Parts: sequence; C-alpha cells; structure tokens
Amino acid sequence: MNHLLILGAGTAGTMMANKMRAKLDETEWEMTVVDKEKTHYYQPGFLFIPFGLYDPERVTRPKADYLPDGVRTIWGEVEEVTPEERAVRLADGRELSYDLLIIATGVSPDPKETPGLHGALWYEDAFDFYTYEGATRLADKLDTWEGGRLVINLVEPTIKCPVAPLEFAFLADSYFTEKGMRDEVEIVFTTPLSGAFTKPVASKALSALMEKKGIEVVPDFYLMEVDEEEKTLRTYDGKEEPFDLLVSIPANKGAEYVDTSDMGDVEDLNFIPTDNHTLQARDYDDIFVVGDTTNVPTSKAGSVAHFEADILEENLLSYINGEPMTASFDGHANCFIETGFGKATLIDFNYDTQPLPGKFPIPGLGPMSLLKETRLNHFGKLAFEWVYWHMLLPGRPLPVPSHMSMAGKVPEDEAEPKLAAA
Amino acid sequence: MTMPQVGIAGETIDVNEEGYLTDPEQWTPDVAREIAQVEGLELTDKHWEVLEYLREQYAEGAKLTIRRIGKSDVVDSVKEFYDLFPDGPLKKASKIAGIPKPASCV
Repeated sequence: MNHLLILGAGTAGTMMANKMRAKLDETEWEMTVVDKEKTHYYQPGFLFIPFGLYDPERVTRPKADYLPDGVRTIWGEVEEVTPEERAVRLADGRELSYDLLIIATGVSPDPKETPGLHGALWYEDAFDFYTYEGATRLADKLDTWEGGRLVINLVEPTIKCPVAPLEFAFLADSYFTEKGMRDEVEIVFTTPLSGAFTKPVASKALSALMEKKGIEVVPDFYLMEVDEEEKTLRTYDGKEEPFDLLVSIPANKGAEYVDTSDMGDVEDLNFIPTDNHTLQARDYDDIFVVGDTTNVPTSKAGSVAHFEADILEENLLSYINGEPMTASFDGHANCFIETGFGKATLIDFNYDTQPLPGKFPIPGLGPMSLLKETRLNHFGKLAFEWVYWHMLLPGRPLPVPSHMSMAGKVPEDEAEPKLAAA
Repeated sequence: MTMPQVGIAGETIDVNEEGYLTDPEQWTPDVAREIAQVEGLELTDKHWEVLEYLREQYAEGAKLTIRRIGKSDVVDSVKEFYDLFPDGPLKKASKIAGIPKPASCV
C-alpha cells in the first residue's frame, strides 16, 4: 500500500484531497490529511467583516465537511518534515511516513516580525484583517471610531491576496461616506511597492481610482518599526507616517516547521522553493507544493491555488505512473477587486502577461469586464462564495480555464491604463 | 522602437527609458562608477560586494527583493542595504550593477 500524505486542509489541501481521492485506487493508495485547525475559513469574506457587510459566522465551516470519504484526517500541528526519511513528526510526537507528500500549509500574517507592531497598540489602535480575530475586532473598532488618520500598511511586498489591501481602502472610503463621516477620515495607503499594485497597466488604473476616491498612496514605503509612543510608522530610510488607526498587513510567513525542517527559501519567510511549472519541490522529487506555501512568482491567492491544483493533479498522476510531467502551470491568477459603492473590477494574468482590459471569461461577451468597474463584477465576487464551497473545494471543474487566455483581452501596447466607470 | 544609448566611461551603452542597462554584458566597473556618480554615490568595498552579489543572483535567475538582500550574508541587515543605497536601494543598486530593474511578480 502506498501513502499520499497532504499537509494542510485549507483551500489548496482540500482541493487536492478531493481530486486525488477521486483518481487514486483505494486498494493501492491510502491518503491522510493533517491540519492543526478544524475550522475552514472562507478567507475572501474576511474583507467584508470589518465593514459589517458579512457576519463573522458566515465565513466559517467545519473542514471535515469538505474532505472526502476514504481519507484519514489527523488534527495536529506539524513539527518537522525529514525528506531523507520520508517522515513527518507532529507536535504531539506522532510520526507519519509517506511515499508522496503534498505541502499545502499556506501562509499566515505574523505581526511579531515587525518591532512595535504586536505590542500595546495591537487590537487597540492597530489591526490586521486577514484573520478571523483581526477582522472581527476591527469591525468593533470601526463601529465606534470617530475618525482621524487611517493608515493602511503592507509590511512586505509578498502577501496573500495582494489586491485585498486596495479593496480595504476602497471599501473604507465607501463605508465612511455612507456613515456621513468621510470628511473626518484621512485614508493613507503605504506600500513597499512602487505603486498601488505591482503590474504597470493595473497599477496605473488602480492608482487613478485611489486618487479619485481621495486616498493618498505612499509608495516605496518599507516599514522598519512601529513607534508605539508616537503612533508612527517608520521606514528603513527614515520616512514617517503618523496614524490614529493602523490597518496592517503584517509579514506573511509559511508554517514554522518549514524553517525547522530547513526547507524554506533565502527570504526567511518559510516559502518553499518550487518549480514554477511542475510544482515539484525544487530539492525533493517526492514532495509537491501547492497554494500560498510555494515561492512561485505569481500572486498568493485562492484562484492561483485552484489553477495550480488542476495542473498538480495531472502531474502527480504522471509522476505516480513513472511518466514525464507534462502539465505546466503558467502563473494564472484571477482576482475580483471590490471598489466600493457596490462595484468591482476584475484582473486576470499570469507569469508573462500582466492584467489587461477586456472581457472575461467569454471573449467579447464577458459577462465580466476586466480592469473596469462594474456592478456585475461585484455580483460575480459575491457569487464566488457559493462557487467556492460547492464547486471549488470539492474539486469540480469551473467554467474558467486553468491556463490564462489572451482571447478577449486588449493587447498590452494598446491598453489604456484607465479604470473607466461603467 | 529604437533603444536609447548613452556614452558611459567611453563606451556606448544600451539603456532603457529609465536608465537601466538592457545588456548586462556591457557592464564594466567603470560603467558602475559612472552611474553611481550620477546617483550621488561613491562606491566603497561594501558597495562592490553588493553589486557583485546582485549580478551573480541575477545571472542565476533569482527573484530579487530588498528582503532577500537584507537576509543574505553580503549585508548585515535591510537597514545596512538602505544605508549603502539610500532611496530605493534595490532599484538603485540594480541600476549601478547593470541588471534590469527588479519587477515585482505578485
């Protein structure tokens, strides 16, 4: 009997468990999934909690409900992986062995990485919103906040869902406007990137939208420390931004065992070196990595995990059958971006092609519009919640191709970087 | 589209519109010194170590970030990297090292 072990039962791990259990013969392959937490969070919903648009209960469901029969589930924390021995040790001392390992333990915000961030101000005047606790506590804070200087800060350039901080800024503008207190709030967006977003056409379009909404963008702002006394952010080159309320996107780090097992890359954020196209771990033939834990140069996002999962399923079957791995991940990412007041925009890109305007998924028709603010995109984002639980996690095919397509997109040299209102 | 060219250190060098070399092979230490001067920097031994490291990493196809340089052995910390190349250390050091402007990939 062979053993496929999956570390992590989040978005990527759950999809892989469902896909592989459906494909692998139960008389030949047993499967185990390990996770430290029993609750599955619908992470795209975290964005809506601080503004009272989602009740917190709405984003949580039991992980077990989304894992297939025929897979053993172990609730425990991974302490160390020893690839040379094909062994995994859990924090409670249990030892597991594997023939094939899938790593899908994701990344989490780590406010302790930045001096002064996880101190006296944490959950008083400084919050994250990428966790259940952060999002719910921030909702309470915003509910009674009387206004002032709201500073949004990305500590590191590589974070999961890189558009969510922008969405937070747009929704904050919308929220305070609708509360009749927008004049009392200054919204400042500080980022280590060179602009509002990373890729040129989308960055210009989104920067223009930020300006239109009166949100100040401070680029090349690389945070060194939070001065708790002064309530001020300070960068490595001495730039300062004072705040009344800080919404932080702390450094995103992979699980601690990656470091303990000496499997992380040189940035020391516990991302695992992974082949950009096959998703095999760079240093180990029998380990594959999927979702936010990889170091592949595209966004860390659920859509990316989904497109990766399609490719990985194929490659794992090739690998198991001793055949060459021919499926190739292209870095495809697809993200709705809430822009406030009931509208959203949409971006679709990969390793080689930046987000461009056009129609999606059907060329010319859409119904979604790329790099354009529409109500329909907003409804698309809301509808994705149902798709996530009922189609994506169970590993069912979605009407969106795994590889990015140029069909329906305006070519790069013709793209006008303006986010037109619909 | 014609590629801009500039005369640096007696050579004709191909650069892009932001002044980054488009062919790392055209780079020489004299080219580096001259670009550094324009950027207002006098290159010390430590600067050269960083530039060599960046060129090596680029040749290996590494994804370069400020954090990656800060965590490498070539400098003690991100702070030291900023002290050596103030105002956007990775962009400035890449320009002087004759490698393309690091693009974010997320």
